Amino acid sequence: MAPRKTATVSSRKSAARPVKKDFNGGTVVDFSKEQDLNAYREMLLIRRFEEKAGQLYGMGFIGGFCHLYIGQEAVVVGMQMALKDGDQVITGYRDHGHMLACGMSARGVMAELTGRQGGLSKGKGGSMHMFSKEKNFYGGHGIVGGQVSLGTGLAFANRYRGNDNVSLAYFGDGAANQGQVYESFNMAALWKLPVIYIIENNRYAMGTSVSRSSAQTDFSQRGASFNIPGYQVDGMDVRAVKAAADEAVEHCRSGKGPIILEMLTYRYRGHSMSDPAKYRSKDEVQKMRSEHDPIEQVRARLLEKKWASEDELKQIDKDVRDVVADSADFAQSDPEPDVSELYTDILI
Amino acid sequence: MPIDILMPALSPTMEEGTLSKWLKNEGDSVKAGDVIAEIETDKATMEVEAVDEGTIAKIVVPAGTENVKVNALIAVLAEEGEDVDQLGKGVGEDEVEAGPKGAEVEPAKAEAAPAAPVPAAPKVEIAADPDIPAGTEMVSTTVREALRDAMAEEMRRDGDVFVMGEEVAEYQGAYKITQGLLQEFGDRRVIDTPITEHGFAGVGVGAAMTGLKPIVEFMTFNFAMQAIDQLINSAAKTLYMSGGQMGAPIVFRGPNGAAARVAAQHSQCYAAWYSHIPGLKVVMPYTAADAKGLLKAAIRDPNPVIFLENEILYGQHFDVPKLDDFVLPIGKARIHKTGKDVTIVSFGIGMTYATKAIVELEKDGIDVELIDLRTIRPMDLPTIIESVKKTGRLVTVEEGYPQNSVGTEIATRVMQQAFDYLDAPILTIAGKDVPMPYAANLEKLALPNVGEVVQAVKTVCYK
Repeated sequence: MAPRKTATVSSRKSAARPVKKDFNGGTVVDFSKEQDLNAYREMLLIRRFEEKAGQLYGMGFIGGFCHLYIGQEAVVVGMQMALKDGDQVITGYRDHGHMLACGMSARGVMAELTGRQGGLSKGKGGSMHMFSKEKNFYGGHGIVGGQVSLGTGLAFANRYRGNDNVSLAYFGDGAANQGQVYESFNMAALWKLPVIYIIENNRYAMGTSVSRSSAQTDFSQRGASFNIPGYQVDGMDVRAVKAAADEAVEHCRSGKGPIILEMLTYRYRGHSMSDPAKYRSKDEVQKMRSEHDPIEQVRARLLEKKWASEDELKQIDKDVRDVVADSADFAQSDPEPDVSELYTDILI
Repeated sequence: MPIDILMPALSPTMEEGTLSKWLKNEGDSVKAGDVIAEIETDKATMEVEAVDEGTIAKIVVPAGTENVKVNALIAVLAEEGEDVDQLGKGVGEDEVEAGPKGAEVEPAKAEAAPAAPVPAAPKVEIAADPDIPAGTEMVSTTVREALRDAMAEEMRRDGDVFVMGEEVAEYQGAYKITQGLLQEFGDRRVIDTPITEHGFAGVGVGAAMTGLKPIVEFMTFNFAMQAIDQLINSAAKTLYMSGGQMGAPIVFRGPNGAAARVAAQHSQCYAAWYSHIPGLKVVMPYTAADAKGLLKAAIRDPNPVIFLENEILYGQHFDVPKLDDFVLPIGKARIHKTGKDVTIVSFGIGMTYATKAIVELEKDGIDVELIDLRTIRPMDLPTIIESVKKTGRLVTVEEGYPQNSVGTEIATRVMQQAFDYLDAPILTIAGKDVPMPYAANLEKLALPNVGEVVQAVKTVCYK
């Protein structure tokens, strides 16, 4: 069967579509020079890290499943720019980008991917299961949709403690069809929990396109039955993500309950390393890369506004490559966990 | 013909209750649907409605009478045209004291009454618990009250402890385990959830990952199958997957196993299921004292604990030590009765068969050592092996299914670690390998019975 042609981001609703008038999310607010430079560096780090992870996988250093975030970088970087200390993040198995954006060390993530003792989970979690108490990152969950209930629980804990922290529960268009997502929506709305549900709609649940898996393909409306407001956001434009994130965070922090942000995004690579992506055309991928790449958009802006020269951008690129190369060296040279670790951390 | 009004059963496991109030007097006429009385059990207060039309000829059981057995004659209703005065005379005068006799008036109804598969526990001298200081005052308490007291004490002690589940707050608990907690702790800490097991189990685990200490009540563990992914994949494994950074200090509790006459989907023991999982602790108490001491321990435990209760045991009385802070160790079996001839290991409601069997066996001169396992995981194998070294014979008793049961696990490990001490093959008594049937006779057959335990013990004793 010939791959279906799918609409590009630009032909979809690329700006956030407000359900309520008090939300202006997606109204792209220009970044300052510092913000653009920061976003560029952060997104580039994820991109280069994931490319390196792909290489190491091919070389056999990384085993099992490995789901790359390439193409979706603007989502997590833009969201993270709106958070304060104490806010929590939880996501599914495509989690490397989230961890880097949360400030977890590239060495720690890469060494976990190679299953070494210096990995964030001492080599016992792997690609899909990493956590950082210090950075308020609650995983890294391999069961599709499981993190949505857990993330709702993080928000429950914030409300229980009476603090003003917000929890971010990321999941994909595939997970959006899991039952517990709606059980969580119901409780979050009922109890007005401060949780932002971020649906990263990259158009494919593994190999099944949204139109083939979802009766309601407008995921921002998936909370309608629970009176949860939802907005579509151009997830390829880090400024649109940041603008939507600011409003969503404010919504939650001010006690108005949960909110849904559907990020229209795209993954360039297959679902996992073993996916040749035969369910979509190369043209579709190429078009997205050339016209909507989140990093190229910032790069073009930086050059256009003369906020950075080609040389300065090359220097950023070099710095990022150094960080990634260092993480890869560490991840290959660090020893495997001591065999005694087999029986630790089962019970406290 | 006058109509006998009998003490109704308000739940499948009710055996007796208090006739708290009559709303009609002798001589009053009633229509079908009129509320005639209020009946109270330890679980609920319910109104009794008239089924037939007529005049109350005689109130046999006066208001305020306690321990009125199900199916006892409580009043007589005269139908239209019948002589109320005449009927009232002499009826039921002797039934007032001998409550259950009322059931004999209409045998057909008596048979239809819910068959509690396990009658009240017989009096067995419970061996002194080394965890209870000698001379401690003991208070007769139901398992239900013990569980409630445990939660209330821990909630008073630690503001991070809260309870959530279906009907735990305003309804006061589907089985009245959380009675009064909403009134004492308020709706911030006693939280009614929607009927959404998978979701609220995940919410509980998420809250626990931040360090709160949720008690998640499942109305029964049958419904926890909807949530089992969160229990196993999230609660049990996070500590390991995070390299020890974070875990889930959470208790999942609720009634487990067969109740009475609720058939296949509501009658299943999960002890063996959860005991399979590294990262979980699994507790299954029998006595009220163990229920209290172990639930308090479970709430304080930094690990996820599956706490398996039993509806039929909820109303049973046991002595509970009167101590300010009675906490028992998880993972330690209790020698319920010492003996020298044969060891029986049981837990939870299985203990009701074992305790009755050892009374029978005593008559035949067989001195049983009965071990109440209390915790299924981590399992206190040393206590079992020490006992087997002494007796050389072992029988296990549980209600769960026979394949991959807790008993077969015990048998395997004892065989591997104490083979030389065994004088007979280990026998495992379990429920039958069938979904729980509804019919009373078949249900009885599907569960273990005292006779099977007695026979198994005699077999391993070659008697």
